[in-house]
Amino acid sequence: MDSVHDMGGMHGFGPVLHEENEPVFHEDWEGHVYAFGTAVKGPLFRNTDAGRYALEVLPPAEYLASTYYGRWLMRTERRIVELGYVTQQELDERLAYYREHSDAPVPRGSDAATMERAQSRYERRPRSLHRTDGTPPRFKAGDTVRTINNHPLTHTRLPRYARDKCGVIVRVNGIHDLADNIAHGLPPEPQANYSVRFDARELWGDDAEGEGCVYLDLWDCYLEPADRRNDAAD
Amino acid sequence: MSDNHDHHDHHHPEPESEAALRVKAIESLLVEKGLLSTDAIDFIVEKFEKDIGPLNGAKVVARAWTDPEYKRRLLENGTEAIAELGYWGPQGAEMVVLENTPTDHHVVVCTLCSCYPWPVLGLPPTWYKSFAYRSRVVREPRAVLREFGTELPDDVNVHVWDSNAEVRYLVLPERPAGTESMSEEELTTLVTRDSMIGVANVEVPALVK
Repeated sequence: MDSVHDMGGMHGFGPVLHEENEPVFHEDWEGHVYAFGTAVKGPLFRNTDAGRYALEVLPPAEYLASTYYGRWLMRTERRIVELGYVTQQELDERLAYYREHSDAPVPRGSDAATMERAQSRYERRPRSLHRTDGTPPRFKAGDTVRTINNHPLTHTRLPRYARDKCGVIVRVNGIHDLADNIAHGLPPEPQANYSVRFDARELWGDDAEGEGCVYLDLWDCYLEPADRRNDAAD
Repeated sequence: MSDNHDHHDHHHPEPESEAALRVKAIESLLVEKGLLSTDAIDFIVEKFEKDIGPLNGAKVVARAWTDPEYKRRLLENGTEAIAELGYWGPQGAEMVVLENTPTDHHVVVCTLCSCYPWPVLGLPPTWYKSFAYRSRVVREPRAVLREFGTELPDDVNVHVWDSNAEVRYLVLPERPAGTESMSEEELTTLVTRDSMIGVANVEVPALVK
């Protein structure tokens, strides 16, 4: 989806502000919002990419006006309404109550299965990304490729700044499920994912800072052989 | 929650933020409906406040600096070598370690969201999630590093890794000169989070020099 989350290369955001000795969470609610993804029964999203897409579809002006965990909060509110866990009216009324009674306690709840899922998520080795099925790699390290020029309304991990650009495969990462599909519950179409190196001048032209390169991890379906366009022109 | 909470002997110095109230509204509704485990929230928050943070990555780096055989395994298969020290978990299923050298400097970003290697670095700092860092470091890495006080010589190659898929990157910073006599444990204390993202180099404190 072409929205403001895809900000690689944009101008105008100013200097990078660095905070010394930053806490993990600046306020308690941030940690709670962070944990909702696992601590809500279900869980909230079918996978990480579905959760990312829920951030991408936030209205651009609200995305830019929010903090990182503020965006997680917005997506949680939208998601629990979408799932039918609560209605917007219930949320509005309960918020009005806490505005009036900000010291009112929040009830506690526990659920053995949810707790066990949380523990195993952090304590067990995660599931490997590698799939034994799927389409074999079309490219190998050293091959020159060109990225496709696409603009899907759906989730994708090919950023705008790297579309229709030539790069070189530096590593075959393995056969991985396609993020574009699993975000939406579509068949995972496991295929090769590659680290691809792009020269700064290929990405930014004469406005590049100088010599340098940027690497992206790209699925096979984002790529075509670099000579394809030349062949078509012949 | 402690027993004395009922006495309301602690109170907030400032009114709670709108966000804090919205989170209370969500939690109270979901708990009433049996859909939220606050125990699990506490467990996850405590994990990141106490266990999972940049000290894990610093131990990996210090081991690599002092054990050439470990360093070889780390660069060859980051996931397994990091797991040898007991670090794994979400956002660390596949780890690749990038070695900074006198000729090559690596720096990591996620322009699309804020992907970050949680098991070795914990949750990302605010600057890593900022629009400024996400937008700029792929286009002008030297200028961004300069804002962190890191001046790269012109002849050093800059490699920016946009961790846009599921591979997560950890930078192995250069071991600074003058640390030859330091133990692995002492070296661990020198390694900063920022050096493992690649926006800084590891410095030797003046006292050690």
